[in-house]
Amino acid sequence: MYLLNRAQRHTVNTTWMIISLLLVAFLPFLLFIGLYLKSVLLLHDYSLGDLIFSKIWKPSAGKFGFYPFIVGSIWVTVVAMMITAPVCLLTAIYVTQYTKKFFLRIMHPAIDILAGIPSVVYGLWGILVIVPFISRYLGPWLGVKTMGYSILAASFVLSIMIIPFVLNILIEIFRSIPTELKEAALSLGATQWQTIKHVLVKKALPGIIAAFGFGLARAFGETMAVLMVVGNVVRLPKSVFDPGYTLPALIANNYGEMLSIPKYDSALMFAALLLLAVSLFFNLVMHFFIVRYNKY
Amino acid sequence: MTRAQKIEEKFFKLLMIIATYFILAILAIIIYSIFEKGLKSISWEMLTQVPHGGYYYGKGGGILNAILGSLSLAFGATVLAFIIGMPVALYLNVFLIRHKRVVSVIRFLLDLVWGIPSIVYGAFGFSLMIFFGLQTSLLAGILTVTLFILPIMIRSMDEILCTVPIGLQEAAYSLGSNKSEIAFKIFTRQSFSGIITAVLLSFGRGIGDAAAVLFTAGYTDHLPNGLLEPVATLPLSIFFQLSSPVPEVQNRAYASALVLTLIILIVSLFSRGLGKRYHKTKINF
Repeated sequence: MYLLNRAQRHTVNTTWMIISLLLVAFLPFLLFIGLYLKSVLLLHDYSLGDLIFSKIWKPSAGKFGFYPFIVGSIWVTVVAMMITAPVCLLTAIYVTQYTKKFFLRIMHPAIDILAGIPSVVYGLWGILVIVPFISRYLGPWLGVKTMGYSILAASFVLSIMIIPFVLNILIEIFRSIPTELKEAALSLGATQWQTIKHVLVKKALPGIIAAFGFGLARAFGETMAVLMVVGNVVRLPKSVFDPGYTLPALIANNYGEMLSIPKYDSALMFAALLLLAVSLFFNLVMHFFIVRYNKY
Repeated sequence: MTRAQKIEEKFFKLLMIIATYFILAILAIIIYSIFEKGLKSISWEMLTQVPHGGYYYGKGGGILNAILGSLSLAFGATVLAFIIGMPVALYLNVFLIRHKRVVSVIRFLLDLVWGIPSIVYGAFGFSLMIFFGLQTSLLAGILTVTLFILPIMIRSMDEILCTVPIGLQEAAYSLGSNKSEIAFKIFTRQSFSGIITAVLLSFGRGIGDAAAVLFTAGYTDHLPNGLLEPVATLPLSIFFQLSSPVPEVQNRAYASALVLTLIILIVSLFSRGLGKRYHKTKINF
């Protein structure tokens, strides 16, 4: 019935497993080395500080300043987190502490659907709903002239995209806090909100920080949705109503012409390397927070 | 409770309710606006034909090339990720069960890889393509998307496999099974529903992602024919149609977005349904 006997099958299966495992374990290093080798051409001619802090982006003249893109990415990410963080924290507390079990059963599919919607669809929704809302209502109401395609639009769309991700972690964290802690605080006469404020949030703090950190890393690398609503103007934004440009959008917008200008491909690979470094760094740091949370 | 405390209590509870219903309302608005715009412009022609000449200026045709392209790309990537991913997840939970430190290091690496943005995979796939002298093709797209969904696949299988009770494993050992038999015959059956969920989840991720295939899969108006030909994908077709100034083409972008969203919703419904159905074959302790 079988081609091989039992011992041979065991050997084949085990080898297959180990090869796969090695491939997966070396993947992050492979990514890093691959991108580094491609961007070394650029790093050879320019210093790292020049690339990151120079403001002029003119690939045809050989000027590669990533500063506007880095600033744009930071703006978009930070504003998005400012929307996501309070909403997620409040919702996570509400669904774990105040509502009955069945409410979580409604929330879970909702979170799953939000997480499943592809980023292009989010971008399209941003163009359909958020951009006109900002240019027609929010801008004039605040007395700002804006096209709608702006840092704010990108941040809002982005904040919705990372809500399911952050919320899932936060709900997990609040559910893992032992009930005894809560009961002890309540029996000492604390109100429910006091218990949440002084006991639960304090206990969960490393976990909460980690959840926000993971969300931040995810937001920093998001490409298509941001690209579609951020405006793509290479300029330092002065307010959230200005258009901007982000690192992922830079890579995605210029892949077509990158082989026609010298060092252009190397510059885009350097942008990818920067993204990779930021993502790895954030995930590493946040991992330590999670480990600390699990220890106490 | 003092008056101030009561007010604080009420105030924050109100904020929490607002935040929760804000999320639900946003979800409703997104689904509503995609369906409302998409249903208006979707037609049978769009689903069954490839773009004709002048399609991007408003002439006839459809997005069959993108639908089939996306399905074949996501299918190929899911199969490949399954072939590489399942043994890794099994190895972690059967062979390395006594080496907790090694397992936690590998899980940590996987979490790191999961966090890497898909555009980085796209760029990496592109540089690999150049290195091997390949053109943009279905194969290059499949390989890139495989790398991208691999950590998702492994970690979600891992979550299920690590719940298999140790007693089951010991029983199998006592009957004389070796480790690979336990992995492929016992663990896979016990966690069948979880494995299906992991596969479908990865499929959904693979089909919806645009940044990874932007560089590698290319774009074409023809149906996918062969691994070494470029292939159209739904997310990119939405993106290209939307950047057209012609309103009719933009309307088709809304319809394409509806198609993509529906595919993903159906896949996620399936994964819930199948998960429940195969729960019955599981041995309960």
